[in-house]
Amino acid sequence: MIGIVGYGAYLPRYRIKAEVIAQQWGMDPEAIKRGLQLLEKTVPGQDEDTITISVAAAKDALKRAQIDPKEIGAVYIGSESHPYAVKPSGTILIDALGIGPYVHVASYEFACKAGTEAMYVSYSHVKSGEMKYAMGIGADTSQGAPGDALEYSASAGGAAFIMGMERVVAEILFTNSYTSDTPDFWRREGENYPRHGGRFTGDPAYFKHIVGAGTALLEKSKMSPGDFKYAVFHMPNGKFPQEAGKRLGFTKEQMEVGWIVPWMGNTYSGSSPTGLAAILDVAKPGDLIFMVSFGSGAGSDGFIFRVTDEITKVQDRGVKVREMLDHHKIHLNYGEYAKYRRKIKLNE
Amino acid sequence: MRDVVVIGAGMTKFGELWSKSIKDIFVEAALSAIEDAGVDHIDSMYVGAMSPGLFVGQEHLGAVMADYLGVTPIPATHVESACASGGVAFRQAFLEVASGASEIVLAGGVEKMTDGADVTDTLATAADQEYEVYQGITFPGLYAMIAQAHMHQYGTTREQLAAVAVKNHRNGSKNPNAQFRSEISAEQVMSSTMVADPLRLLDCSPVSDGAAAVIVASMDVARKLRKNAIRVLASAQASDTIALHGRKSITTLGSVVSAAKKAYKAADLQPKDVDLAEVHDCFTIAEIVVSEDLGFFEKGKGGEAAASGKTSIECKIIPLNTSGGLKSKGHPVGATGIAQIIELFEQLNGKAGARQVADAHIGMAQNMGGSGASCVIHILEGK
Amino acid sequence: MITARYHREIPQRYRLEAGKCSGCGEVNFPPRVVCPKCKGKKFETVRLNNEGTLLTYTVVRVGSDKFSKETPFPVGIIELNDGVRITAQIADADPEDLKIGQKVKLVFRRIQEDGKSGILCYGYKAVTV
Repeated sequence: MIGIVGYGAYLPRYRIKAEVIAQQWGMDPEAIKRGLQLLEKTVPGQDEDTITISVAAAKDALKRAQIDPKEIGAVYIGSESHPYAVKPSGTILIDALGIGPYVHVASYEFACKAGTEAMYVSYSHVKSGEMKYAMGIGADTSQGAPGDALEYSASAGGAAFIMGMERVVAEILFTNSYTSDTPDFWRREGENYPRHGGRFTGDPAYFKHIVGAGTALLEKSKMSPGDFKYAVFHMPNGKFPQEAGKRLGFTKEQMEVGWIVPWMGNTYSGSSPTGLAAILDVAKPGDLIFMVSFGSGAGSDGFIFRVTDEITKVQDRGVKVREMLDHHKIHLNYGEYAKYRRKIKLNE
Repeated sequence: MRDVVVIGAGMTKFGELWSKSIKDIFVEAALSAIEDAGVDHIDSMYVGAMSPGLFVGQEHLGAVMADYLGVTPIPATHVESACASGGVAFRQAFLEVASGASEIVLAGGVEKMTDGADVTDTLATAADQEYEVYQGITFPGLYAMIAQAHMHQYGTTREQLAAVAVKNHRNGSKNPNAQFRSEISAEQVMSSTMVADPLRLLDCSPVSDGAAAVIVASMDVARKLRKNAIRVLASAQASDTIALHGRKSITTLGSVVSAAKKAYKAADLQPKDVDLAEVHDCFTIAEIVVSEDLGFFEKGKGGEAAASGKTSIECKIIPLNTSGGLKSKGHPVGATGIAQIIELFEQLNGKAGARQVADAHIGMAQNMGGSGASCVIHILEGK
Repeated sequence: MITARYHREIPQRYRLEAGKCSGCGEVNFPPRVVCPKCKGKKFETVRLNNEGTLLTYTVVRVGSDKFSKETPFPVGIIELNDGVRITAQIADADPEDLKIGQKVKLVFRRIQEDGKSGILCYGYKAVTV
């Protein structure tokens, strides 16, 4: 049996409400909230970044897995906001957690699905018998251009998954991927903010790949939507994942626990991974979970998990996602948010 | 060791001395001291300065000043112990004469802080760079943490801290060399800008330029010159952990206790025998804690003593910082320790004018580096 | 450029590695060459407990250049549960809510940067529990 042996998630405490951003740009707050199905998003503190978020999530993953960090053979962090353009985020993380030095480390990039890429590769290393444990992390502190639609959703957070063969809490039954060259959302080297193709990001990009991967995954596994207790998809806003789920044949009830975007925003590479963590926090032995991520450019990674008896032993060993979404929040005004996100030109 | 005396003193005004360089101010103070002492030569010199390299890009200050004072080839040494640089420079001069190695030694101190360097960063080099400063703490922050702990443990109040600043400004208003010569009120102190809770702007000594120098000599030289010699009864120095978090207690300055013990023993005196003291009030809380650790007041009662006037010139229990202290006189870091000696020299010679403490016979100077990692104490005796 | 100076302190700043004197058991953080208590020179590496109590604190409102955009921020001296004391910022905290005796735990955060193009410097900060 191969799958997740430990998982953890981390969300910063800071928030900004959608209506505060709307008021800043003279938009109608209610229309924005209705249209995007977003209430507020997480904002990283001035001392937080993809690396610190990954470390916090990975710490909880280690707490849940209760393994010797030195037995981890690979650590991959997927993000579109790695703090360095050249220097992997993972080296700082392994030294912080006492992993290595005999460990593979690399940074992954594929817009919002870099996290699931990291998870997939970690799983593959264990599946091939190459190593006992491997960790895949998806984390981001994504930037939304001021005044752009994406400013309401671009948020910060991440989740970490340790893959292994012993005391597996969620077995990975099937995986797949669906990729094609699609110019829906990109950022050129040196640019501060990404650009996107407006409505082109919908059907030709997000839906094509999620539905493409999802359909193929159902076929590969010979399962149907009704078999699953939970479903989670990449969440760029509140509406898209609900529509994607619907197109694939999933119900709102199946998606409810993992649909955390209205309170979290879009944590990009952390999006579906954190949704998965939220599900694992409450899942019961035997539950089947269907997950499809999406990364612009574009591609989708699909996973089918089956929760095992081991899950109940680990859930309480770390912080739960719902706890972080609902409590200890610090709300910011737009000025504070702009300062924290370094959107203000300083005299440097 | 033989007897050592101070026979002359000179200093610049302390303040923002835009038109004068570090060399200008040191030479001004040194020449003034040499003239006051009436000596026609000096055998050696010590220059106390905390960070001329960071402030003005100039190290090797001993050589620089010997050159500009025109006294090469005498030995000249730069002495550094953060804010205690001046006091330690004085101690070196004392030891050189006491040992018999020299007859006449100049002990000077200087700092030029207004030439554009990042003062906060530079002063922070007196703390633990990797485990205090790295974390974002500043000097006011370190003393603020001492203040919070002292207030928590002993009930010291915000008003008591203000009383120290008010008293020092009152004294400083009578000091022609002081940077700030205006009196301030407790209300002004307590409504000034918060720097690091609970310390406000007027709890903190200022950024200053200035230099001070004294001539230290043997008794023989003093007699020959028939000078108003003030004897150095004791010279003591102590060290403690660099980081505040490494101390045995956050509310007691171990280096002060240690140096004071040695100084009292050497002079065969007790705290009650001291008639006045110049203490290191880099922040108001420092004066309060030091007044306890020098044994003038019971531990924890320093604030109450300050607020009830026990440290004022008029009260005569133990006038502290008759010069105005670092707060009002100014704190050109390296010069401070020497300026303290100069105040004692004037007081013990009966030349302190409006600041004069009646019957001043025994004076103490306490100079401290960083958050108390080094401390140097001198006890001087008048005629 | 502080690359080497930074790199040397990584075990301490990332993993709280300290030196426990083999002679008297005194724990030194950061590790030292000579034990200040018994002058011993043999040590074993231990990791500090990451929970503790706030002994004292302040709120820095005027910071040095590097930290000037982050003020006001609280900094405190924390006594960790194994008796070792450290200085650290208290993150995500409202200064009004802090008090001496507060329980805290250490988390991994970005402490500073060596300018716009220099290295990023990480380490520990405290958060209230």
